[in-house]
Amino acid sequence: MLQLTNVHQIFHPGEVNEVRALRGIDLHLTTGQFVTVIGSNGAGKSTLFNVIAGVYPPSQGQVMIDGIAVTTWPEHKRAGLIGRVFQDPLLGTAASMTIAQNLTLAMLRSQPLRWRGGVTQERIRFFRELVEPLGLGLEKRLETRVALLSGGQRQALTLLMATLARPKIVLLDEHVAALDPATAAKILTLTNQFIAVQGLTALMITHNMQQALTFGDRTLMMDGGQIILDLAGDERQQMTVQGLIDRFSQVRQSALLDDKLLLG
Amino acid sequence: MSQNKGEPKQKQTGWLRVLLAIGLVLLVIGPSLLRLAVNVWLGAIATGLGFAFVALGVYLSFRVLNFPDLTIDGSFPLGAALAATLITAGVNPYWTLPISFVGGAVAGVATALIATRLRIHSLLASILVTTGLISINLRIMGRSNIPLLNTDTIFTPFADSFRQALVAGGGDGMARLAGNLLALLLFGLLVLGMKWLLDWVMRTEMGLALHATGDNPQMVRALGINTDGMIVLGLAISNGLVGLAGAVVAQYQGFADVNMGLGLIIAGLAAVILGETFFRPTHFAAASTAVIAGMVLYRIAIAAALTISIPLPNGSLTLAAQDVKLATALLVLVALWFSHAQKKK
Repeated sequence: MLQLTNVHQIFHPGEVNEVRALRGIDLHLTTGQFVTVIGSNGAGKSTLFNVIAGVYPPSQGQVMIDGIAVTTWPEHKRAGLIGRVFQDPLLGTAASMTIAQNLTLAMLRSQPLRWRGGVTQERIRFFRELVEPLGLGLEKRLETRVALLSGGQRQALTLLMATLARPKIVLLDEHVAALDPATAAKILTLTNQFIAVQGLTALMITHNMQQALTFGDRTLMMDGGQIILDLAGDERQQMTVQGLIDRFSQVRQSALLDDKLLLG
Repeated sequence: MSQNKGEPKQKQTGWLRVLLAIGLVLLVIGPSLLRLAVNVWLGAIATGLGFAFVALGVYLSFRVLNFPDLTIDGSFPLGAALAATLITAGVNPYWTLPISFVGGAVAGVATALIATRLRIHSLLASILVTTGLISINLRIMGRSNIPLLNTDTIFTPFADSFRQALVAGGGDGMARLAGNLLALLLFGLLVLGMKWLLDWVMRTEMGLALHATGDNPQMVRALGINTDGMIVLGLAISNGLVGLAGAVVAQYQGFADVNMGLGLIIAGLAAVILGETFFRPTHFAAASTAVIAGMVLYRIAIAAALTISIPLPNGSLTLAAQDVKLATALLVLVALWFSHAQKKK
């Protein structure tokens, strides 16, 4: 489903502030894989997501989604293939519009817009059924403006909007980092649910090493623009947080000193 | 259109403040309002309705699209220029309506393209277009002012029969009101028609995308919608409405002048702010009604302000026509302050 071949990303090449954010990434995801990504700050995780989403083209290398070469496609062209959830709950929804209106737009992802329709009764019925299983009471508030929802509710809505039109890839960029532990746990459960039920291919960045090992079926560890660990199957099942730290020092011959990772 | 979490309590005290505000306004200009002749009242309402398209256009660009757009200072006289030129050339005056709409829309598209393609700030882009339109309007009219006193207008087909009906109904005294009353009715119909059309557009999928573009363009792009195209569409509609206003106001006041758009943005913003402050609309259909009412209120306030007489030691100070702009600015200031004080709660 996702194929990255020899992807490099260099910011400000040749200048004093040159940054090699990605150095030769080779990554292959099969359909339905749920991959967690961890790494210290500056490891290149967000850059990786941006290259997959098309925010900027890679300096070198190829990106293929479902067999289509999308390396040079701009962001809005790829928008139909990718669903993305950011850390900031305010970024994923239109605050002055209602839940129903936001969901309608999400449903129309990459479809031509028509001079009719909008929020129809039929769509409201569909949304009510969609939103009820979330257990957040949103089905009674479909005509409420999103600005009145809490951060957790907004993030749940963003998650729903990102997965509604069955994108090929879902990119979750520390999407629970800004929420309190209880709400974060709830959103992660929902994340698991959405991805499993629709068989979506997903990548999730997290700073929480325990989460990285518990959720999904594969874990990548990044450092300095490279993928240094790729765990799946039994090896991953038996891995612990301490084990991860040890493996890091083995590979890098230096200690893992990122406080956010260690304490997160 | 923002509300806080403590909604029910907010609404109660909010209504109290609105009533207080209306009471205060009535106290200040009440005496003047009572002194206003019926014809002046009707004229103020008619003018308000004629300019109501501007309020709708400004609401669309400033509030919905979040795109401060000064093009209206140029698209308004453009609509008037097109209308006056066509009428004096003998074209059926009803053609001026769609043509001035299209003219205004083209101006809006120009601003939108300059802003999105060249990445120029919205204000600068709109000022560039407005400045260029000064010359274009002069070219269209051939001179700086075209009188429309003895020409056919959109009122002509109805004028005589309307006047006769009024005289038959209420005597000769009513005949004086015929002009303003006819304008009021005709403008009222046009404005309501446009409002319904606009409300319907905003409920379509396109309308939702327009709305979202002003609210969260990044999200809209992530959904695969071309936000630049949305801005072009939004400004086209917005300035089309303003061009239409130019055409109807020119025919109402009997002339088209190249400078008649100067400071229009203040009137537009005044109408939007007055409408929002007094009616607190929660969705688009309510907001479009609110800004139309705001424009009518604004024109009534201006008419009343012009009759205020402040007694001074050596005579009394009466506001004259040249003081209108100052009165407008003060009115907008008071409305903004009031609206700001409400939001702080």
